[in-house]
Amino acid sequence: MAQLVDNSWVAFGLRRTGRFLASIVVLITAAFLLIHLVPGDPVRAALGPSAPLDLVEARREALGLNNPLHIQFFEYVTGLFRGDLGTSITSGLPVADVIAERLSATAVIAGLAFVVAILIAAPVGLGIAILTRGQRRGSLDAGFTWMSVLVGAIPEFLVGIGLVAVFAVTLGWFPVAGRSGPESYILPVIALAIGPAAIIARILRVEALAVMNADFVRTTRAKRLRPRLIHLRHVLPNTLTATLTVAGLLLGGMAVGTVLVESIFAWPGLGSRLVQSIISMDYPVVQALVLVYGAGILLINLVVDVLLAWMDPRSTMKEV
Amino acid sequence: MTSRSKRRNPFLAVLTTPSGMVASMLLGLVLLTAVIAPMAFTDLANERNVSSILQGPSAEHWAGTDALGRDILLRVAAATGFSVGLALLATLIVVVGGVILGTLPLLVNRRVGRMVTSLINMAVAFPGLLLALFFAVIFGVGTHGAVLAIGIAGIPAFARLTQNLSASIAGRDFVSAARLAGVGRIRLIVRHVLPNIGEPLMVNTAIGAGSSLLAFSGLSFLGIGVQQPDYDWGRLLNEGLEGIYVNPMSAIVPGIAIVIAGLAFNLFGEAAARALGVTVPSRWHGKTVRASEAEDESEANESALLSVRELRVIFPAEKEPVEAVRGVSFDIKHGEAVGIVGESGAGKSLTALAIAQLVERPGVVSAARLQFEGKPLRSRKDARWRRWLGTQLAVIFQDPMASFTPTMRIGRQLAEIGEEHLGLRRRAALKRAVDRLRDVRLRDPERSAHQFPHELSGGMRQRAMIGMGLMGSPSLIVADEPTTALDATVQKQVLELLASIREADGVAMLLISHDITVIRNVCDRVLVMYGGVIVEDLPASELLTSARHPYTRALVEVVPDMETDRERPLPVIDGQAASASEVGVGCVFAARCPLADDHCRQSAPPLLDDQQGRRVACWKVDTPVTTAGAAP
Repeated sequence: MAQLVDNSWVAFGLRRTGRFLASIVVLITAAFLLIHLVPGDPVRAALGPSAPLDLVEARREALGLNNPLHIQFFEYVTGLFRGDLGTSITSGLPVADVIAERLSATAVIAGLAFVVAILIAAPVGLGIAILTRGQRRGSLDAGFTWMSVLVGAIPEFLVGIGLVAVFAVTLGWFPVAGRSGPESYILPVIALAIGPAAIIARILRVEALAVMNADFVRTTRAKRLRPRLIHLRHVLPNTLTATLTVAGLLLGGMAVGTVLVESIFAWPGLGSRLVQSIISMDYPVVQALVLVYGAGILLINLVVDVLLAWMDPRSTMKEV
Repeated sequence: MTSRSKRRNPFLAVLTTPSGMVASMLLGLVLLTAVIAPMAFTDLANERNVSSILQGPSAEHWAGTDALGRDILLRVAAATGFSVGLALLATLIVVVGGVILGTLPLLVNRRVGRMVTSLINMAVAFPGLLLALFFAVIFGVGTHGAVLAIGIAGIPAFARLTQNLSASIAGRDFVSAARLAGVGRIRLIVRHVLPNIGEPLMVNTAIGAGSSLLAFSGLSFLGIGVQQPDYDWGRLLNEGLEGIYVNPMSAIVPGIAIVIAGLAFNLFGEAAARALGVTVPSRWHGKTVRASEAEDESEANESALLSVRELRVIFPAEKEPVEAVRGVSFDIKHGEAVGIVGESGAGKSLTALAIAQLVERPGVVSAARLQFEGKPLRSRKDARWRRWLGTQLAVIFQDPMASFTPTMRIGRQLAEIGEEHLGLRRRAALKRAVDRLRDVRLRDPERSAHQFPHELSGGMRQRAMIGMGLMGSPSLIVADEPTTALDATVQKQVLELLASIREADGVAMLLISHDITVIRNVCDRVLVMYGGVIVEDLPASELLTSARHPYTRALVEVVPDMETDRERPLPVIDGQAASASEVGVGCVFAARCPLADDHCRQSAPPLLDDQQGRRVACWKVDTPVTTAGAAP
């Protein structure tokens, strides 16, 4: 039996790692090709029409753009392994430094937003499920469904702007923009968290209602456990698989949502820099940031899958 | 193609639901504004007025003015056409690209098809915004680039949808038939596959248009989409954010426009999906079910461990409530094993659940008396009540796999009873759990306690379930089909285990089974149920020889035994088992009874006691049955 379990874990690990690596290869290739897919000369575009020809040529040479494509790709990949993510065309600084400086600001609000979303969604979703169980409180049920659909459908940048207008400009409770004390984190994190929280709460409620009708929950009632124990120990853990699957998908979206939210709050993270770089056509920076965001999302998906397998050991045996 | 013309138009069907009406009207309003407002307001919206720049809301300018003194509300209205138009254009790219890419695996050979599929799957892993930003870089900042970027970024998700839908269609008979008939692949897709997945695709197109609109606003807001002097809602939002200190409305009004338009598409799509046959759970609109709850103290039987009088279980239904258990009365003495036998739907499991106080809303239980150990079972469900039933009344369910919490170790699931009701500490509770697992003869109980339910075999799980019932010191075990999910050898072992527990501890038992052999081997007394009532109550030893109710006799006759000819099909009782919703006035079994006459069909026989421990409900008691069922 133990042998079987171990084997299924090995098979799962190999299969999942293989998929991760294949996606990383595709991602690196796409990031590499980005600069070559841009019509015209990317260096000329970045430096502007007034830049002297020899400067443009020097930058092209420095970026290795004059080499054959396969050599460029080889150097790009080996550079990545050395931690060399390229050089900014506009500033001439290594992109790795830019990322090192700004990564934490983005990771912190994305991570906090994820935690806040779960902390809001879990009690709300489970609570509504308990209250509306057995077709009770129809108006609460309908109201919750409508609210969660509405809130879940409003994109984070509109939530952010609404929050700024109300809580920063009109009420003056929080700073409008920038990263300073703890109070400066509140609006960006809420802007990112609230939509996903609504979606997770809705999924969790449906899932919890389904679990509450499961045979094993009837067993816990036959054991005459306290309702609190039944809900927290037996129902909630069994809704986690579905919830985590959805939350994992949303976490990727939240990571990318930082691009918009950082632009609203002038947050000194990767997202606002990505937008600036796209507008100023600083392609090496865009390349590197696309790579960082993409790899981050693939990593999140991997972690979620491993967590799911760990929480529900049966899922490792399933063919993905 | 009559089948296609007959089908309801999905977008007309939407109009028939209230939420669909609202969504359609909202969407109509948005589209109408998109057409009319640019023509009506563009000139006014571009009118500069240096004397009134960056003003707040006023009677003249409801949402204030921008840095050039232009009216913000007018600009938001005029931008409707551009915003919605660009979103629809991007959606067109999404749909066309998605359908082509999604049906590609059906067109090309298997290997290329698999590659396309895995590429789609990889692309879907990335959020749409990241893909849109990637393509925006390639196509360049500006309106054209943004349309292409959002269009292409949406393709993978739509392609996956198309692929999943068409894969389910491609396996159907009519497609195989068309393929055999030599229909070309492209023709197959256009004529046979696409029309059949058209509805879900259209629904998702509507939802996709909403997403495109939001994504486009996002790009324009970031300064990557529409560029000055053109403007869409996202662009206005961007400019509004700069002026948010002076006039918050300059950011809020375009924001509201985006939300309304995005919701209009989304809600319309959702409403269409619902109108297309995703069934909305119907709420029971009947009167509240109430039953008389007067405790009947008249014939209290002090010696009985369990005393049940006029037990009813009622479920609400569309028209009128269904009475699944219709007035069941019986007693169980200390240490007695009583079986309830009957076909599925007879109400035997619900009787057991009602006694164990496990019938849940919307089901309603009523009884003239429901006493266990001399105390009413139905009282306030406080800690004392929970401790009482948690230790004295054990319940064993049919499916041991589904009845254990899959995410918890077996030992913990037993131990928590000890912690909850016996006041044991964690370690002591676990020790008791291991002891109980040993009592039910689990091999290596320490190891099993640390295993998850799915790691045990079915028989072991059911033993563990019985062990869980023994964590307290039960005086009654209610077992609902405890061996039905197990194979024959294991079934025998589990029944022997239950019998040995009875002998050792003098525990009473209520055993529910459809299997007459199981009941006969384990029980002292048998209750035969049919259509929600007890039709006969007799000693188990007399079941084969002296059953008096025609239904019981039919049940006994259809049981295969050692002499049954295995070459012949198993005999069955003629006719359909009565379902609780269609029980009429007469005897419940009248419709299938070979002896039934008009009297049987018009008046229900009472359950008469012969004062020697036997009860039977039949007008034709002791009339010999000559043609019961199909004789073996």
